[in-house]
Order: sequence, then C-alpha cells, then structure tokens
Amino acid sequence: MAILIDENTKVLVQGITGAFGARHTKLSLEYGTQIVGGVTPTKGGQIFENTVPIFDTVGEAVKETGATASAIFVPPAFAADAILEAADAGVKLIVCITEGIPVMDMMRVKAMLAGSKSRLVGPNCPGLVTPGRGEHSHGGCRIGIAPGYIHKRGNVGVVSRSGTLTYEAVWQLTQLGYGQSTCVGIGGDPINGTSHKDVLEMFNDDPETEVIIMIGEIGGNAEVEAARWAKEHCKKPIAGFIAGATAPPGRRMGHAGAIVGGEEDTAQAKKKILADCGIAVAETPGVMAKTLLERWGK
Amino acid sequence: MNIHEYQAKELFDRFGVPSPKGKVASTPKEAFDAAKWLAVKNLVVKAQVHAGGRGKGVFKSGFKGGVHLVKSPDEVRDLAGKMLGEVLVTKQTGEDGRLVRKVMVTESVDIKNELYLAILLDRQSCQPVIIVSTEGGMDIEEVAEKSPERILREFVNPLAGLQAYQVRKLCQNLGLTTTARQFGRLLHSLYKLFIDCDCSMVEINPVVITTDDHVYALDAKFNFDDNALYRHPEIQAMRDKDEEDPREVAASEYDLNYIGLDGNIACLVNGAGLAMATMDIIKHHGGDPANFLDVGGGASKEQVAAAFKIILGDPKVQGIFINIFGGIMDCNVVAEGVVAAAKETGLSLPLVVRLEGNNVDAGKATLAASGLNIVSADGMDDGAKKIVAAVQ
Repeated sequence: MAILIDENTKVLVQGITGAFGARHTKLSLEYGTQIVGGVTPTKGGQIFENTVPIFDTVGEAVKETGATASAIFVPPAFAADAILEAADAGVKLIVCITEGIPVMDMMRVKAMLAGSKSRLVGPNCPGLVTPGRGEHSHGGCRIGIAPGYIHKRGNVGVVSRSGTLTYEAVWQLTQLGYGQSTCVGIGGDPINGTSHKDVLEMFNDDPETEVIIMIGEIGGNAEVEAARWAKEHCKKPIAGFIAGATAPPGRRMGHAGAIVGGEEDTAQAKKKILADCGIAVAETPGVMAKTLLERWGK
Repeated sequence: MNIHEYQAKELFDRFGVPSPKGKVASTPKEAFDAAKWLAVKNLVVKAQVHAGGRGKGVFKSGFKGGVHLVKSPDEVRDLAGKMLGEVLVTKQTGEDGRLVRKVMVTESVDIKNELYLAILLDRQSCQPVIIVSTEGGMDIEEVAEKSPERILREFVNPLAGLQAYQVRKLCQNLGLTTTARQFGRLLHSLYKLFIDCDCSMVEINPVVITTDDHVYALDAKFNFDDNALYRHPEIQAMRDKDEEDPREVAASEYDLNYIGLDGNIACLVNGAGLAMATMDIIKHHGGDPANFLDVGGGASKEQVAAAFKIILGDPKVQGIFINIFGGIMDCNVVAEGVVAAAKETGLSLPLVVRLEGNNVDAGKATLAASGLNIVSADGMDDGAKKIVAAVQ
C-alpha cells in the first residue's frame, strides 16, 4: 500500500534537462523509480540518458506514457506555469521541488487548483519516497531530492516541512531497524499544496502505516490544525517535533514560511498544543525516532 | 527586505496613495531647500532609519527625538544638522543605535482622526486580507487583545481582486461619511501596490483624516517577498545595506542564509529545518547559539569556506558546531571546505563536527588527516553535548 506513490507509479519530470532536474532524475532511475518521460519545451524528441523520452508539453507526455505523477524542477519564475500545465494535463500528483517561487504566484496557483482533481505537494519540498524492498530500499518510488539509501520499507509514515530534518528522522528510524511506508516532504513555503493534516488523513487510512512522525516548524498553524484533527480522528500513535524554539521573532529562518508572527505560531505554543492533542513530542531532534518507539510501545 | 520611510513615500506617489508632501535630504542645506520648496507654516523633520520608536529615541550626542515639529526652514536646517551623521538609539535599534544618513522634511497636517490599515497575506486562507481599525496610531497587537471587535478583516479573492462593494463595506464599518470616497481610493491604490510590488505586508499606522477632510497615509511599514525581488529591480535598488547586519550582507553574497543571534556557539548546517533544530538542541543542552546558518542542499567548497569565515567574524563565538546531513550533498566537499577555511584562519576555537550521509567515510578521513583539532560527533545529540561542554 503506502500513500500517494508506490513502485508502479509512472513519473514525469518537468525540467528534466536542467542540471538539478537531470541529476535527480538519474538518482531516481538508479533507485528503481519508473521515470517514464521528461518535459522541456523545445526539446521534444530528444532522449534523456538513452532511456527517457522528452516531450514539449505535459499533455503530450501524459498521453504517450500514461504518467500519473510529475516532479517539477523548473526555475522559480516558471514554476507556477509548470504546476498549472501539469494540472491541465490531468496529472494526479504534482510534486514541486522548486525553491523560491514568489508567494503571489503560489496564491494564484492555489486558488486555480481549488476543485481540481490534481494534488500538489510542495513547493520548496524534498518530495516523496515510498521505499522499495531491495538493498538500501532499492526498487521504491522516489520523486524529488531525498537520498534513497537512508530509507527502509516498513510501517512508519513520515510527514515534514523540512528536507534535512526529514532525512534525520528517517535515518534514525532505519538505524533502529524500523522502516517507512511513505515519507512526504510538504515544503517550507507559507503557501503549499498539501498540508500536514492532508497527509495525516492519508496515513490514517493506509493499512500499511501503523505509526506516524510529524515534523513541523515555527510559523503558520498547519501543525496545530493537524494535531487537532488527529485528536478527534486519528487511530494511530503519532510522535512530533517542532523546530525553531530558539528562533528570534519576526525573522525568516531560511524557509519563507518559518517566521514567528504571533504567540500562537511559536515552537513552544505548537509543542504544547501537540502534546495536549495526544502527540508524543520529542524533546530534541536527536530523539525523534526514540520518542515514536516509546509511544508505539516498542 | 525593509525600506525607508522616504522610499515608501516614493512608492505611494507612484501608485497614487496620498501622503503629505515632502522631500528627503542628506545635508542641512538640502533640508533647508526642501522646507523652502514646501512653503508651508508647519513642518516635520524625521530621521530615516529602519527602526520604530524614532520619536522617543535619543541621539548619542544627547539630542532628544528623531521626529520634530518646526515652523521655519531655518529651524529645519538646524535640526537636520543635529540629526544627520549622528547615531539614533530607539527601543528597536538596541544600544548600538543607527547612524542617520538622511532626514525627511514634510508638511505637517492637522489631524482629526486616526485609522489603522494593513494588507497582508493570510496563510490559512491563502488570500490577501485587509485589516482596518478605528484605533489608528496605537499598537495594533494591543488593540487586538483589548478590543478585538474594533478590528475588521476583509478577505480578497486573489483571482478576482478587490471589489468595490468590499471597500464600501469597510468604509461603512469604519463610520466614514464625507471621506469615504477618498479612503476608498487610497485603499484601491494600496491594494494595487501590494499586488504589483509583491509585498508580503504593508501597514499604514495611522491613516489620518485631517481637519479639512483630507485622507493621508502618515507612516508606512513594508515587507517584500524576497522570492519575488528578481522581478522588481526598482525595489531591490532600495535595499540599504548600511541598515543590515554586515555578517548577513556578507552571507547573502555567497547565497548563504545567515541570521546573527546573541550566543557563543556558532552553527553551520545544511537545510533550514535542520539548522533551526540544531540551534534548539544546543539550547536544550544548556548552550547558547550564536547564529542560524543554512549552507543549503548543494553547497560548494567555497560556500562552506565563506560560511566558516563569517561565523568566525563574530567576536562572541567561542566554539563551532558543524552539523551536516549530506543526503545528496557530498560530506567530503564539506570536510574539504572546513579544513581549507580552518587552516586559512588559523582556527583555535573548539570545533565539533557531525557528518552523516553521502560519502561520509571520505569526509571523516579528510578531517582526520588534516591535523586539526576537530572533535567528531556521533549524531546531533552527541555533537550538541560535546560543543556545549567544550565552551564551558
């Protein structure tokens, strides 16, 4: 099972010929992911790495390959257009890796996607991994930029805003012998397509996911919304961590979304609400997996 | 990015947001000329720094107040002379204060009524929201706490834009009658400015209604979306690096995310989330982080070396913690950058390095072979404990 993607998911890469997109497409292919096509306007007809056909438009790529997911690596100025093109072509899962998209662009994209059948994950995110069952989790589906080898197939669902902090949690789990069903990086921007709560709902409905790690940070109220939902509806044990307890108010901490605006979006306030909603909150990022295992009774 | 009050006025003029007539000046003579040009009886002189609380601020020279009301061009020239080239300390500048390089000279208006107006991006609804209040000129957080019913919010559909009925509704709720049309025009203009300039926030506190029924924006605070600056060269040109932390300016030249703090343990981390979490774990183990520093996911050897020098430029720093989870990033690249910078700077401070991930063995070998006194850590918990112990 797992959520959103599995080893059979057919994936497109928009921006496959850029340095960043090309590098990660190669890594995904090595991981065993079914990258079935690439899209770069004006480069249609070329073949990437002798295996992946390149198309001029997403519509054509979908028609020719039957892809249902797309990874977006195009530069920030063109990313909003790339997302809307994928949605127009009927791509079910659009994963936007691009960092630095203007917030106004995302505001319009979000409004235009309302009611659409496409789900957007990101932008400014590491993407998703459903680990495979081979050595170093080979044979899985990797959309984005996460290191594949740190994963292991298993029953922990991981959702996070941050890339490296997700890797940290995944690596802690894998080292302790616990694998992951799916790891979802929802991104560090103030406006994103998929929220913590959306992912918790999917993990709750996924038979393979037994427990969940939810990682958040200062700014906004997405983690609080997810925790309040989980208190009422989630049947599975959750451990959480919120980064940014030491962040000064009013400063943007790397992620565009990581800024303390009021009393409610500080790390301390969020941690308290998470704990009040029955989530086991890790005291430090060094013990995220350990905190989960304690709550899980392992 | 922040801008000065006189730059905000430039934007207001361009978009048709009415504000009192005025000019910026860099010398007492220019200030005198500006006052002559205004040709009004009542004048205001304001020091231009990126900090609030100017009116109650005190100059290091002992002269009081960064905002003054005066009657003549001669007085304007004298005041400008007392402000320009002097350091103003306000409750927001810290004790170091800010050097005043420019003053703004404007006409003074007779205020009948003060309103609050802001437009910002609401993350929850993913829409712009207009916030207005009859309690202008006050601390809006305080109003929100004490009388939340005095704060009105109007959400705008980003695809449709601000509608006329929404403006009428706000005017009615603010109790505006004779000045409703003027306020409405100001609001439409401000909304256009907010969208066209990719602002993340614009706040006017106060919008004033004068005794002769004119509506003016009297002060403004802008925040721009850094991601969108590439399409606004005219706003980028307003950046005043003299108002920023020089370490942050240096970091931005290498595409590094650096924010200076008050502690003594410097951190160098890849990824914003991990960088925040590293500061947190240092604090948790009793230490005090000196900075936030994210070298990004694909940092080069040069970037790592530059980052290293920036954190060493902070005299408060007594120890360094490098925490890298090299998922894709090559740990050996980080190691080589650290060794090069440490040798070049003749590092004598304690240095704890936690490396994990891609090519980690080569990275650890590079550090070990360097002959430098580097403490290796096993995991971020271990690393944080070791650096805290080392600086105590």
